Amino acid sequence: MELGLSEILFWVFSALGVAAALMVMMNRNPVASALCLVLTMVFVAALMILLGAFFLGTIQILVYAGAVMVLFLFIIMLLNLKAEAARRLSVFFVLGGLAVCGVIGMVVWKVVQQENFLVKTIQAPFPLSDVKALGKLLFADYLLPFQLTGVLLLVAMVGVILLCGKEQASETSKDEGVS
Amino acid sequence: MITLSHYLWVSGLLFLIGLGGVILRRNIIVIYMGLELMLTAGNLAMVAFSQFRGGIEGQLLVFFVITVAAAEVAVGLAIIVAMFRLKQTARVEDLRELKF
Repeated sequence: MELGLSEILFWVFSALGVAAALMVMMNRNPVASALCLVLTMVFVAALMILLGAFFLGTIQILVYAGAVMVLFLFIIMLLNLKAEAARRLSVFFVLGGLAVCGVIGMVVWKVVQQENFLVKTIQAPFPLSDVKALGKLLFADYLLPFQLTGVLLLVAMVGVILLCGKEQASETSKDEGVS
Repeated sequence: MITLSHYLWVSGLLFLIGLGGVILRRNIIVIYMGLELMLTAGNLAMVAFSQFRGGIEGQLLVFFVITVAAAEVAVGLAIIVAMFRLKQTARVEDLRELKF
């Protein structure tokens, strides 16, 4: 069986991505979990680039592996989280988790096994520059959702400042009142 | 030949790992990482669908999803920080006010 380069890359990236995802969930230390999550995001971005979505792969690395994971690490350091203590797995948790995962896995299996699913499986030709096409679409046809996303980000920022700032203000005033 | 179902398998596997982590882990930050993993798996599936269908609108949807997910991460982590200030704990066992 002749393996093309893109096939080899697909298998390597997906195997490493799934392994890193498993490491995220197996590690007891949250910092190690976060770093493994960065790895997973990078491999998923590689898969996206392999699919021909160059812009989204870049965005995935910039936003997830960059901004989001820095935020995660920052919060872990801020909360000074220790490694999770080993605990006895209760039978109920294991059975419940396996049952839910099994049900969802069966749904995925059913969908993937469908006949008409495998008909149109020829790789689409890469658009020559997906950044240009995306930009044209984003700033012409989908300008309103784009602007609304900006408003959403602003609202999220204000909400975060309110959530984290107000608490501290009341705490300091309480401390002052006590002392 | 790598087909659409290959990508969907990888995506489904990542989603299941994230879901298993959300169910099994007790640290709220790690649970949140599991949620992020599930979101990413969904994104990967959506990119795969978009590319195999042809056309670029699907990628646009993924772009919006990534943007909203970034906002969601910030708000979620702020809630976790506020909760930590209130309870001084990051274990979900210690949050039992709503438990019947």
